Amino acid sequence: MNTVIKVENLAKRYEMGDMIVHALRDVSVEIQEGEFVAIMGPSGSGKSTFMNILGCLDRPSGGQYFLDNQEVSQLNDNALAEIRNKYIGFVFQNYNLLPRTTAMKNVELPLLYAGVKDRSTQAKIALERVGLGQRLDHKPNELSGGQQQRVAIARAIVTDPVMILGDEPTGNLDSRTGEEIMALFQELNRAGKTVVIVTHEEEVAHHCKRILRFRDGRILKDETVENPVDARDVLASMPLPEDAVPTS
Amino acid sequence: MMIFETLDMAIRAVAANKLRSALTMLGVIIGVGSVIAMIGIGEGTKRKSLEQLEIMGSNRISVMPDWGRGRGGDNNDSTLRLSDVERIERMVPHVQLITPVVRGRGGNSGTVKFGGNTHRTNVIGARPEIQIIENARKMIEGGFYSQEDEIMQNRVAVLGYEVYSRLYEGENAVGTTIRIGDQPFEVVGVVDYKGGSGMMNPDDQVYIPFNTAAYRLLGTRDRISYITAQAINSDLMNVTLDDITKVLYSTRRNASGEALFRVFNQAESLEAIQTQSRLLSLLLAGIASVSLLVGGIGIMNIMLVSVTERTKEIGLRKAIGATRGSILSQFLMESVVMCLLGGLLGIILGQLGVRFVAGLLQVPPVIDQTAILSAFGFASVVGVFFGLYPAIRASNLQPIEALRHE
Repeated sequence: MNTVIKVENLAKRYEMGDMIVHALRDVSVEIQEGEFVAIMGPSGSGKSTFMNILGCLDRPSGGQYFLDNQEVSQLNDNALAEIRNKYIGFVFQNYNLLPRTTAMKNVELPLLYAGVKDRSTQAKIALERVGLGQRLDHKPNELSGGQQQRVAIARAIVTDPVMILGDEPTGNLDSRTGEEIMALFQELNRAGKTVVIVTHEEEVAHHCKRILRFRDGRILKDETVENPVDARDVLASMPLPEDAVPTS
Repeated sequence: MMIFETLDMAIRAVAANKLRSALTMLGVIIGVGSVIAMIGIGEGTKRKSLEQLEIMGSNRISVMPDWGRGRGGDNNDSTLRLSDVERIERMVPHVQLITPVVRGRGGNSGTVKFGGNTHRTNVIGARPEIQIIENARKMIEGGFYSQEDEIMQNRVAVLGYEVYSRLYEGENAVGTTIRIGDQPFEVVGVVDYKGGSGMMNPDDQVYIPFNTAAYRLLGTRDRISYITAQAINSDLMNVTLDDITKVLYSTRRNASGEALFRVFNQAESLEAIQTQSRLLSLLLAGIASVSLLVGGIGIMNIMLVSVTERTKEIGLRKAIGATRGSILSQFLMESVVMCLLGGLLGIILGQLGVRFVAGLLQVPPVIDQTAILSAFGFASVVGVFFGLYPAIRASNLQPIEALRHE
């Protein structure tokens, strides 16, 4: 089994005036290919900082970070941009889709930066995979929140990254739609994709196979979830809303 | 990232905010438009004066009497005499052709009649050499009068095109008799249209032999209105001018030593006009460039606003793999697209402007290819220059902070 993420003695310090804030102190953890990990913790616990470093959006002040067996902690901006493009698929709480741009064009965007010429085929496959095969030419304002998040997930998987990073991916959604998005993550995970999400909801975290609990810049607890919740079961037990649109 | 994708993205961004883009482009549109218009009009003026030079005849020298302050152009007061022409002929080597000119203007001598038509014009009494000097070689009818007409003081006349068309309305003129003042003159030729205008319109004059004018029509005898001559070639113009001045100065000066005549190089005075108009159009082009500059600043301003507005988009693009360079080229391309589009509209506007103003000034409308190319080039330079700073700002944004921006 390939080790997707390996961090050793990771630290992050910020200087705020005279004070030094330790956002992360001495974090070491490994995440294997095919894992589904939730990162939890109260605000100020360092989970967001950890997430940013995992996503190569930020560099650690100390320690090492191996992403897909490659030390990336001290790469320059352009190298990090390439790493983000090839190895990581981001899903944000507020979707972050380009307005006035069709679902297809939004999903094609990472391929554009990867220099792929024939982008539409791959974008279409990705959108079909998240159940939006019929909504290719819709713009974000013509889609529901859940559908927008599906477009964002399609955008995250279109480059076939080694892992998907979700930052509160269900935070803006109602419970049913959130459950549907979790079902999609679980489906991607069953297909072998490594998924890491940041959440502050226990319910959401219990859909994952492993929970990393942060406090004061350290990993407080590294739990394995026995019998993770299967979102399909939850959805089946939920009453279908009247205006529901059947998903994939 | 490929240039085509960047261009596509830029065009989408510009089109997404049409009103704002249009207002932003306005400065560039006006700037480029006025550059094109100014250069076009300047070029038209230049061409027009070159045509004028061709009409007047080349290597031409004129000697005018100095009537002195407050005295009119009456032939009786002229300081020049026929003997001055003879002295120039004898003593200045590079004069190829020369003729005294006596001009009857106003009064009866300037009125020409044929049939029931009357026309007031310049009556030029000059030797047949005037045909070459004034470049009146092309005739639509008949020919010029001869040396024999000159010696015999024959009453013969050559009409300018304007006079001909006023009096004859398309009928044959040669062989008919017109009246100049109260004397009959036989028309021997009509000069083709030269396209002149203004006070000394070469189309609006009648040539008659000098002697006929001086002794039979005007009675000016040896007093002459001016002398006109042609140098052998343009290189010898200055030498010839100096020589004529020396020859005349020996006798034509007043008690305090001031020359009572003036020698003109016609080409030179035209060149002076040309230089003036060139200076003027340079000045106007300068003003136009300033408006292009202001337009550029407008673009920079809007691009900075746009970068701030789209901070989140920039953050997202960076998160999914956009490099500094691709963000930079995206925003740079946007301002270049706006400038080029503005430049294109400016070129159209400028051409309309050239046509309109050229019509008012009666100069040929000249659409200069180099002006268009340079205006276009200038517009894209403005786009790059003023787009660079906002684009650098955009590319330097940190992805986490940009994503967090609300």
